[in-house]
Amino acid sequence: MKNVGIVSYGAYIPKIRIKTEDIAKAWGKDPETISKGLGIIEKSVPTLDQDVATISVEAARAALKRCRINPQDIGAIYVGSESHPYAVKPTGTIVAEAIGATPIIKVADYEFACKAGTAAIQTCMALVKSKMIKYGIAIGSDTSQAAPGDALEYAASAGGAAFIIGGDNIIAKINETCSFTTDTPDFWRREGRKYPAHGGRFTGGPAYFRHIISNAKNLMEKTGTKPEDYNYAIFHQPNGKFPLRVAKMLGFIPEQVKQGLLCPYVGNTYSGATMIGLSSVLDVAKPGERILLASYGSGAGSDAFDITVTDLISELPRNNAPLISDFLNNKEYIDYAVYAKYRDLLYYD
Amino acid sequence: MVNGAVPRFWREIPQRYNLIGNQCGVCKKIFFPPRESCPECRRKSIGKMKDIKLSGKGKLVTYSIIHAAPKNFEGQIPYPIGIIELDEGPRLTAQIVDCKIDDIKIGMKLESTFRKIQQDGYIGAIYYGYKFKPLEDKK
Repeated sequence: MKNVGIVSYGAYIPKIRIKTEDIAKAWGKDPETISKGLGIIEKSVPTLDQDVATISVEAARAALKRCRINPQDIGAIYVGSESHPYAVKPTGTIVAEAIGATPIIKVADYEFACKAGTAAIQTCMALVKSKMIKYGIAIGSDTSQAAPGDALEYAASAGGAAFIIGGDNIIAKINETCSFTTDTPDFWRREGRKYPAHGGRFTGGPAYFRHIISNAKNLMEKTGTKPEDYNYAIFHQPNGKFPLRVAKMLGFIPEQVKQGLLCPYVGNTYSGATMIGLSSVLDVAKPGERILLASYGSGAGSDAFDITVTDLISELPRNNAPLISDFLNNKEYIDYAVYAKYRDLLYYD
Repeated sequence: MVNGAVPRFWREIPQRYNLIGNQCGVCKKIFFPPRESCPECRRKSIGKMKDIKLSGKGKLVTYSIIHAAPKNFEGQIPYPIGIIELDEGPRLTAQIVDCKIDDIKIGMKLESTFRKIQQDGYIGAIYYGYKFKPLEDKK
């Protein structure tokens, strides 16, 4: 079967941060209990002029800066998000235009809570394997909503990553992918509503843990691998604790998870979460290293990937675009009042 | 109902998204926004103006801090508007972002970034385009 994998990658995380303790103080909660309980120190916040379209464009441009692909050779763009700026008018059209990939291109937006971006990777893989396209760009990006005062407000943040998927010059080969999907209403946002709702603790056991564990086990059974075969493991990160707990339940150790775990420093970037985690791993990965990635999207499903880094990663000019560590270091804090303004929590006509 | 800006915005997408200017085929001067003909070479340049994608890198020539903003920009005050001279020569006006007011210096190196410029309320279209931010020390 034709090889398929990642040709290049790029990410974007807004510069603004708010500390968990500042959100907790605004709502009269104990800052330390909340911060330690969730394992989140601070989260990224989009400014008034940033949304999923701008983040997706920056991530896609970063991916293109690291390779020599002619944008006109990109045959498809799929943007996964649950906070697309338009309910009707695809974000992908804006991205395609902004990177010079129009007009002969397949475009659609995806939505599957936090796993829409990994679903986009699978679609691009299939199109490349079937030779319908030469390259495809899969993007996971969000400026996720959270109702004021809701537990989600401590985590819901902004960021995204883009992966150019192709069959030649791949820096990381995708050996296998599989998915695990059921009808599990753990988290949702109804049509026309501004904020999502969730089932509290129900989002854990039957939702996040069941889907990721079942899917990661299915993947390792298909590929004949064990947790110790992987250098890195990336799991969806709605908070700083779940990914470490699911890793332990599957037999991974914290050292395998650390490089791809960004939630404590940027919050939950939803569709961007595992994709930014993978970007962080690719920032430092060496040839031959193996990566397991398992995303999770409420509703509910998980996409898992078995990835092997190739020799070509040494030739990829990773410094042509910001590394994840650059985004973590380049930050500016705001307080809850400014946060309320930036997140449109204050209504005025 | 949206206002009449949509067709105009749509026509200007190449400039707003990708800084597409043009170059006179006679004297090689570069223009942004693109011009129908070169004001120096006039009729000699007709049919010889060629589109060119500008790098988006440049330096700050001058700036002003906006404290009394027009409608839809009130949430961002105080914010800087600058005149930027691109590496290729043309000068343009743009908002400067991701930079504290006290850190802005004439002559500082900037690069373009893709941002939301404005929107027609909660119902109308969203207009995207370039703003400028301090140049990150990456290639």
